[in-house]
Amino acid sequence: MEKYPYTEKKDTRSGFGDGLTELGRENENVVALCADLTGSLKMNDFENENPDRFFQVGIAEANMIGIAAGMTIGGKIPFTGTFANFSTSRVYDQIRQSVAYSGKNVKICASHAGLTLGEDGATHQVLEDIGMMKMLPGMTVINPCDYNQTKAATKAIADHNGPVYLRFGRPKVPVFMNKEFVIGEAIMLNEGTDVTIFATGHLVWEAIQAGEQLEAKGISAEIINIHTIKPLDAKAVLESANKTKCVVTAEEHMRNGGLGDSIAQVISANNPMPIEYVAVNDSFGESGTPDQLMEKYGLNAEAIVAAAEKAVARKA
Amino acid sequence: MPTIVELENTASQVRRDIVRMVNGVMSGHPGGSLGCADYLVALYFEVMNHNASDFNMDGTNEDLFFLSNGHISPVFYSVLARSGYFNVAELATFRKLNTRLQGHPTTHEGLEGIRIASGSLGQGLSVAIGAAETKKLNNDKGIIFTLHGDGEIQEGQIWEAAMYAAHNKIDNLISVIDYNHKQIDGDISDVLNLGDINAKWQAFGWDVMEMNGNNMTEVITKLNEAKTHLGKGKPVMIIMKTEMGQGVDYMMGTHKWHGNAPNDEQLADALSQLEETLGDY
Repeated sequence: MEKYPYTEKKDTRSGFGDGLTELGRENENVVALCADLTGSLKMNDFENENPDRFFQVGIAEANMIGIAAGMTIGGKIPFTGTFANFSTSRVYDQIRQSVAYSGKNVKICASHAGLTLGEDGATHQVLEDIGMMKMLPGMTVINPCDYNQTKAATKAIADHNGPVYLRFGRPKVPVFMNKEFVIGEAIMLNEGTDVTIFATGHLVWEAIQAGEQLEAKGISAEIINIHTIKPLDAKAVLESANKTKCVVTAEEHMRNGGLGDSIAQVISANNPMPIEYVAVNDSFGESGTPDQLMEKYGLNAEAIVAAAEKAVARKA
Repeated sequence: MPTIVELENTASQVRRDIVRMVNGVMSGHPGGSLGCADYLVALYFEVMNHNASDFNMDGTNEDLFFLSNGHISPVFYSVLARSGYFNVAELATFRKLNTRLQGHPTTHEGLEGIRIASGSLGQGLSVAIGAAETKKLNNDKGIIFTLHGDGEIQEGQIWEAAMYAAHNKIDNLISVIDYNHKQIDGDISDVLNLGDINAKWQAFGWDVMEMNGNNMTEVITKLNEAKTHLGKGKPVMIIMKTEMGQGVDYMMGTHKWHGNAPNDEQLADALSQLEETLGDY
């Protein structure tokens, strides 16, 4: 197993905040909007450095999305910031019509996605956002895995012309990613032969831990980071799956509509094989610590190991 | 500068276009379109500084118009074509397969003059505010105009946008509400009463004006007056009183023609009331 040593833990939202701050210095067309969650989204530095390019819209997310769409007319590159639930399900029609259908260059940046939001519970723990956003024609959907990748993605999407959904989270997780981020290109984290684990977001670190546990059990896991769920790197998916002949997908999202669905579509259309899903199965979340929730809902390394063993067993 | 009579003649032709377009495909929304023809003609032929022959999305240094109640697309398409954004012959493709003149306006088909998709109501004011903010950032002196249905302001997003515009002193924006008192299911006072619409916008911090939207002289006068209200720290709202179906007698005074097209016989009746001034498409 390739080693991914880390020296610190940081939240992915800080990667967004720091990336945005750098963008503020480098690209005068970048503007930022926030719906009363500036601190939670780590947008304070951008606001302080660029008060004329920061727009506080208050608790009015629909209006925020519309204003962002309008700001592109005249060349601005708006980054909207609020929690993932309020970035998607609350404003889906605004995104659909004013952003996606209108082809506007808006970057919808969403923190506190998934169960790792923790104690606030299900009202805030959106687990359907990837599915909703990937269904919109022309929308790019990115779910980075750590501080480094979130910062890199934040900067990369400013140079991408078109609407983007960027999804990140609240908890402090290991900062381990040392590989280049390119929109739409899967990242090989470990080459293996028995099973491929496709992981996104916070589950990437868990997949690496799972790979080590599987190695100890004599199973060679190929681990691939899919940070861009749409457009999916289908070539990388098929190359690996055709080699290992079975697949596990891992994501902090509903099983319906998530990364697993996207992978399964590609594989079923080209080379059907066993697929196991590590995801939330048709359920809302609840209050608890992030670790407790990830264990209860089966979204950790142990769950990935079990899924991999099952997938390998189904190959025969 | 066109004279009032010339503008009225243009509006008459636009009204012919509207009823012919919806009849040609037996769908679409003639009522509100007819009511707002004078306002859109005034904007595109007199009031706005805009470049019809060389459309670009950014509209730098131009005045921009956003149609929030996208269902009145027939009047928008006719005015855009008649003012030179695209060939009037294309009006014949309205709502037909592979057309750029979709049922509701969209940027998706590359139709010149359209800067945002609209149809799902309540979104256009926010978009207009965004465009106004960008003009301020770019030190662009262009003005943003909008149009909203009166029923449309039942949508909550309108009031989010209203609060934002006042709080942030969006004073390069002239919004207009088509106050014809009617929506699909009937009179607004029966469906969901707007109450004192003027007082509501004032209470939200807007500079509120009123005008008769079916009197060309008054429309021009009031729009020019509204321009003098800009730059003073407040967004401007014009409550525009119109008659749904204006110009076609049997379409007036009822909500029945909100979203229904006239048949051939009814079309002939309508056309007999609207002078052909610029040549039918």
